[in-house]
Amino acid sequence: MKFITAIILTALLAFISGLLSFSPWWGFAVTSLFVALLVHQKAGKAFLAGFLGLFLLWGGLAWWIDMKNNGVLSQKIASVLPLGGNSILLIVVTGVAGGLVAGFAAMSGSYLRSSAKD
Amino acid sequence: MRIVPFAVSAVVSAGLIFALNKQWGTIPPMGKFLSPQHGFWQNAEPAGQSFDAELNFPELKGKAEVYFDERLVPHVFAENDEDLYFIQGYLHAKFRLFQIDLQTKAAAGRASEIAGEKAVNYDKQQRRLGMVYAAENAMLEIEKDPTARKIFDAYTNGINAYIINLKESELPIEYKLLNFKPEKWSNLRSALLLKMMAKDLSSGTENDLANTNAKSIFLPEELKMLYPQVPDSLVPIIPKGTVFDAPGIIPVQPATADSLYFGKKDTVTANEIAKPDINNGSNNWVVAGSKTASGAPILCNDPHLELSLPSIWYEMQLQTPGSNAYGVSLPGAPFVIIGFNDSIAWGVTNAQRDVKDYYEIKFRDETKQEYWFNGKWEKTIQKPELIKVKGGKDVLDTVAYTLFGPVMFDESFSNDFSNKRNLAVRWVAHDPSNEGMTFYKLNRAANYDDYTEAIRTFQCPGQNFIFASKTGDIAIWQQGKFPARWNRQGLYIMPGEDSSYMWQGFIPQPENPHAKNPERGFLESANQRPVDSTYPYFIPGSYITPRAITIENKLAAMSGITPKDMMALHGNYFNTLAEDVRSTLVQYVNETVLNATEKKYLAIIKNWDLMASPDSKGQTVYQCWWDSLEVEIWKDDLARVSPQAPWPEEQTTMELLKKDSALQFIDNINTPQKETLYDAVTTALKKASADLATKEAEGKLEWTKFKNPTVYHLLKDALPAFARKGLNVGGNGNIVNAVTHSHGPSWRMIVHLTNQTEAYGVYPGGQSGNPGSRFYDDYIDKWVAGEYNKLWFMREGDKTDKNVKWVMKFGNSN
Repeated sequence: MKFITAIILTALLAFISGLLSFSPWWGFAVTSLFVALLVHQKAGKAFLAGFLGLFLLWGGLAWWIDMKNNGVLSQKIASVLPLGGNSILLIVVTGVAGGLVAGFAAMSGSYLRSSAKD
Repeated sequence: MRIVPFAVSAVVSAGLIFALNKQWGTIPPMGKFLSPQHGFWQNAEPAGQSFDAELNFPELKGKAEVYFDERLVPHVFAENDEDLYFIQGYLHAKFRLFQIDLQTKAAAGRASEIAGEKAVNYDKQQRRLGMVYAAENAMLEIEKDPTARKIFDAYTNGINAYIINLKESELPIEYKLLNFKPEKWSNLRSALLLKMMAKDLSSGTENDLANTNAKSIFLPEELKMLYPQVPDSLVPIIPKGTVFDAPGIIPVQPATADSLYFGKKDTVTANEIAKPDINNGSNNWVVAGSKTASGAPILCNDPHLELSLPSIWYEMQLQTPGSNAYGVSLPGAPFVIIGFNDSIAWGVTNAQRDVKDYYEIKFRDETKQEYWFNGKWEKTIQKPELIKVKGGKDVLDTVAYTLFGPVMFDESFSNDFSNKRNLAVRWVAHDPSNEGMTFYKLNRAANYDDYTEAIRTFQCPGQNFIFASKTGDIAIWQQGKFPARWNRQGLYIMPGEDSSYMWQGFIPQPENPHAKNPERGFLESANQRPVDSTYPYFIPGSYITPRAITIENKLAAMSGITPKDMMALHGNYFNTLAEDVRSTLVQYVNETVLNATEKKYLAIIKNWDLMASPDSKGQTVYQCWWDSLEVEIWKDDLARVSPQAPWPEEQTTMELLKKDSALQFIDNINTPQKETLYDAVTTALKKASADLATKEAEGKLEWTKFKNPTVYHLLKDALPAFARKGLNVGGNGNIVNAVTHSHGPSWRMIVHLTNQTEAYGVYPGGQSGNPGSRFYDDYIDKWVAGEYNKLWFMREGDKTDKNVKWVMKFGNSN
């Protein structure tokens, strides 16, 4: 339950951070760390929750945008970046990039709260 | 807290963010770029995007509406001129921001700020050509005219209103890829854009440096033969037989010309980089009611420019209670540039006239503070030019300005360090002028008199303004500010130590070539020499002859013309030059020494229908063979000097071979034996065949596959994914449908001046500059197929018409 809550909370706060004009693109790293502090889990689980939160958010948003755009832009960008024009791959890369940052941030949050006993 | 693991993961997180937030070489900051809420995904415009909006700006005086039709063409209805041009600026920024920002930065010699080190030489050249100096001089003129001032201010405010309110996530995708931000607009930047057009169209039309080298190796009569002023096959813009007035100014050749100018045999190693494309030409023509099915005139225009995405053109309708114009605008400048209104239609082609000369300057010493002029040392004005370089050190260049103009080439800038000559450039585009107002007036012109009044002050780049009115008049003026030259003045570098070689005046404007309502019922221009040899001035230029011949022949033979016939003429693939060349090739090829492959290509030429259609193999074989023959004939002679003498026009080569098959230049001076035309033609085929066989093996013998027509993104090879390649279209630069590899008809327009105005147009691009929009390149397929959009000339009463898809409402904040 904690795991699912962490994922949802990570994604939700990251989304809100993305809406705030003063927040940089990496604002979600701060909120992901905060979520890991709040919903305490072991480092590995915290990483996974953070990763999945952002992977789902960024991947999901990218997929939604791409669908409405009929893939017009993603095909071009997937050629600019060397992804062979593959839109799906670009969506996955997008999700993984966000996921990695959030995962490590969440892991930091987990270590910050955990005691040596854990 | 577990310090060590925390520290490690925190450092990893921070490191990741840092790495994804930083630009690595040409790789943009990937975190921001990929973020769906900040980066490129935000530029993926939903297919069902609405462009409805209500916008308030304190600069606006009244209310205004913009009605977008299904092609995203805005029809702007404003209450006054200032609001009209404010909104035009706003729309140009909204749909073409990166384009206008990039183009004007490049114009000002600031490309290195975006492209880095590799653009430094380009930037130096722009600055040494005096691009900013020219734009500043234009600004002085704009400031003097209260109407112009008001309009340019309003236009600038409109662009800035968009830029100021732009969120980072809304930045055009190119900014996200290149990681920089748009710069605020100014009137000077609009002036720079117009000067960039002047450069593209009037700075590559001279060949003074290469001509100077030609003069060092060829005799005077040879120069006249290789580079004739009036081609035998010329069909001029102004119909032959037109009687010209006696000249109002008769320039006098300086007494020293034979020794200091014509007789001088020294060479120059300075070399222009990125010289404007010689194919920057165009077609326009107009047929009178006497030749049309409806009895109303039809006006056509297709300007040939480098094709790009976004397109150089942005289509729109601009309406106030006092004016109503439709056509294409140039993002970065106000007004409709080519189009029509309720009463008239107009179009432009390039005049191709030489309006730029070089003068050799003698400096007192290397500080370039003083130069010798009219018997004493005169002071130069030193203009420091600081070039900022992305990812590199700033470069400081200093340009010395003389009475003639800026010293463009000297030992510190010439693209060749062996150059020791200081060359100042005298260019009409440097003179104060306000070309914009010509278009302001044309947008509002009601008849022939208004049209002549509008174009009268247009100076540079010289244009062939073609005209038709609903009252039935047709006309053409070659308009510009053209120096009155003595015979052969300015073909070569001129002495700059006194005033005797300076331009003595300009051809009086009323004497510019023009024609109105000729009996034959049509007028055309296609970058050919405007007049025959009876025109009383010496007018060098880079003229293109063949297209005009095709158009003239076609129009002369036509009657009962409809817009559909005009579309067919826009798309015409007939190769006029090849018709003349083929007979020479076939007559002089020595078939007995050809192998099977060569014979096959010869057979293709013999059976060719002379059409440069997309699937034509004949056009490919012809082009390779002819190019190869030109090399056989000229290369050895031209390369006697370096940089080499200019290639004679292909029209000239054809005419020379027709006149004299024993032309002395056919012989290759680098071989002991004497080559004949038979040898040259046969060798040319053999060499071309080798290339052709390779191409054929790659499946590229069809003309369209051979030339691979492409519309590049403005950033060219840096962003091939944003280009459209392999377009199935034929044509060539000397063919009416003038599509080359990446150059050609940038806008095709046909206006039938019936009561209701029936108009068609298409350009190879789309209204939106956003590669993530379905409107980015949606006209390209139509353009390739030779189809047109019907242009909707919206009326006040059409505001609830089904053609209106979106409405943008503008008001002031009060």
